[in-house]
Amino acid sequence: MTAINYEQLNAFNAAYASCIDEDKLESWPAFFTGHCLYKITTAENHEAGLPAGLIYADSKGMLTDRVSALREANVYERQRYRHIIGTPHITSTAPDALQAETPFLVTRIMRGGKMDLFATGKYVDRFVHDGAELKLAQRIVVCDSTSFDTLLAIPL
Amino acid sequence: MTTDTVHDTSATSIPAWEGDITQIPYWVYRNEDVRKLEQEKIYQGPTWNYLCLEAEIPKAGDYRSTFVGEMPVVVTRNTDGGIHAFENRCAHRGALIALEDGGNVRNFSCVYHAWNYDLAGTLQGVAFQRGVKGKGGMPDTFSKTALGPRKLHIATFCGLVFGSLDGNAPPIDEYLGDEIASRIKRVLHKPVKVIGRFKQILPNNWKLYFENVKDSYHASLLHVFFTTFRLNRLSQKGGVIVSETGAHHVSYSAIDTQEASSAEYESEKLRTDKENYLLADPSLLDGVDEFGDGVTLQILSVFPGFVLQQIRNSLAVRQVLPTGQESTELNWTYLGFEDDTPEMDTMRLKQANLIGPSGFVSMEDGAVGSFVQRGIRCADAEYSVVQMGGSGIGSVDYRATETSVRGFWKAYRDHMGF
Repeated sequence: MTAINYEQLNAFNAAYASCIDEDKLESWPAFFTGHCLYKITTAENHEAGLPAGLIYADSKGMLTDRVSALREANVYERQRYRHIIGTPHITSTAPDALQAETPFLVTRIMRGGKMDLFATGKYVDRFVHDGAELKLAQRIVVCDSTSFDTLLAIPL
Repeated sequence: MTTDTVHDTSATSIPAWEGDITQIPYWVYRNEDVRKLEQEKIYQGPTWNYLCLEAEIPKAGDYRSTFVGEMPVVVTRNTDGGIHAFENRCAHRGALIALEDGGNVRNFSCVYHAWNYDLAGTLQGVAFQRGVKGKGGMPDTFSKTALGPRKLHIATFCGLVFGSLDGNAPPIDEYLGDEIASRIKRVLHKPVKVIGRFKQILPNNWKLYFENVKDSYHASLLHVFFTTFRLNRLSQKGGVIVSETGAHHVSYSAIDTQEASSAEYESEKLRTDKENYLLADPSLLDGVDEFGDGVTLQILSVFPGFVLQQIRNSLAVRQVLPTGQESTELNWTYLGFEDDTPEMDTMRLKQANLIGPSGFVSMEDGAVGSFVQRGIRCADAEYSVVQMGGSGIGSVDYRATETSVRGFWKAYRDHMGF
């Protein structure tokens, strides 16, 4: 099995950003393994070892549920994101897995045109091979700020 | 020109409240003088304001920075185990004394001119009080003892720390009343641990959020998760308790497994009633009846800005703070118990998806206040209608009511003198 490289990581993150920003959320869970960890938290919680997240999913099914809740259940004003994802900082490599920390910046554009820098932070990732494809076994979204404006509906 | 057309700058711009507590004038969410008066009459008045958890300051020298209304406050644990709180404002030039959200210190030193305070907020030292090399320094008449930030009265209840700037606030048990006190004890019956903290900035007046907390009428209409998974249907058993003063409330519900299809819901064809809505991974809702009474939801508020929440096994306290006439800070502290098993830890982490800024059942609450604030921009002469369940503020054994919202306004008007 070939080692995971930068080109693969960058292509993966570009596809991930496009999936969310182009509102193809139904495809979002497919970036993850069946048993996975996706969590949105803050640097303060992460560094203090406080485990709770704004979103906490330990299965692909929970990610699917998050999307169906956004589509079917939850009420939030129409909005979209634009992700800018930086260069991965590879923190550990093994033949079948790779850990990386990757900075991101997300602007939120509201119905009516209000555009704000909504979140910055880093993805603390663990990538694994799933056949020929790369998947996230873990993506902890560590937001730099302690604060969230109004609500966080669409995933980061 | 007659005298009554002369603009009187000493008068406030607060209009008269024409109606009763079923008619809430929209100026109350918008008027700048109301905001100033709230600081004086409510936050610095005879109320108890939630400051932090005892569990957040367990050791001598531990402190947390927080707010009472818009006033910055430091809460500390003294070396004798006592809790103190004082205004986070140096007696010298008014700078913040504590700059971090929390930590552990022996004493506090203002960074500006190094004036020094003990853990009770008492001024201990003034840098260069006698001058340098015999020159300068404070005059002989200068007295440290007359100076210091304002100190708060402290009350603790079930590990919650409350502060008051007014010595006339009633004792905490009396302030809460038996029914509210017993529902706090029901949840906070053993030592808690903090499992996360999140801050949500709401673009609306604080009262719109606090009313939303007290509003049992909206819960199953706005939030689909409750209704679909039978956590909170209005026709379930449950009810609303309003404290005697109107100020505090508890809304609760319990699963009724015998519940038949509710005719009211069927005929309303509510947006929230989606029969085929299924979870791919229902482990999200795995839970245990940890309080042994079948109550799946208990939302409790203490005037003016505290919320204790139990939604199944998702426990949190929320602190509601005004940060502007159209801006509110909502501080979430997610909780577990110290003796939680690893399985229980995981359950709480999963159920935390229900709450907070991304919560399946609380996301909407972050937005509706803003919808109102924007809707009422030109409606200072109009009022909202709070008549569900009549015009009283009594406790009831149903939830299609706005009794606790009216209770809030009764208490609010009493404090404000409206």
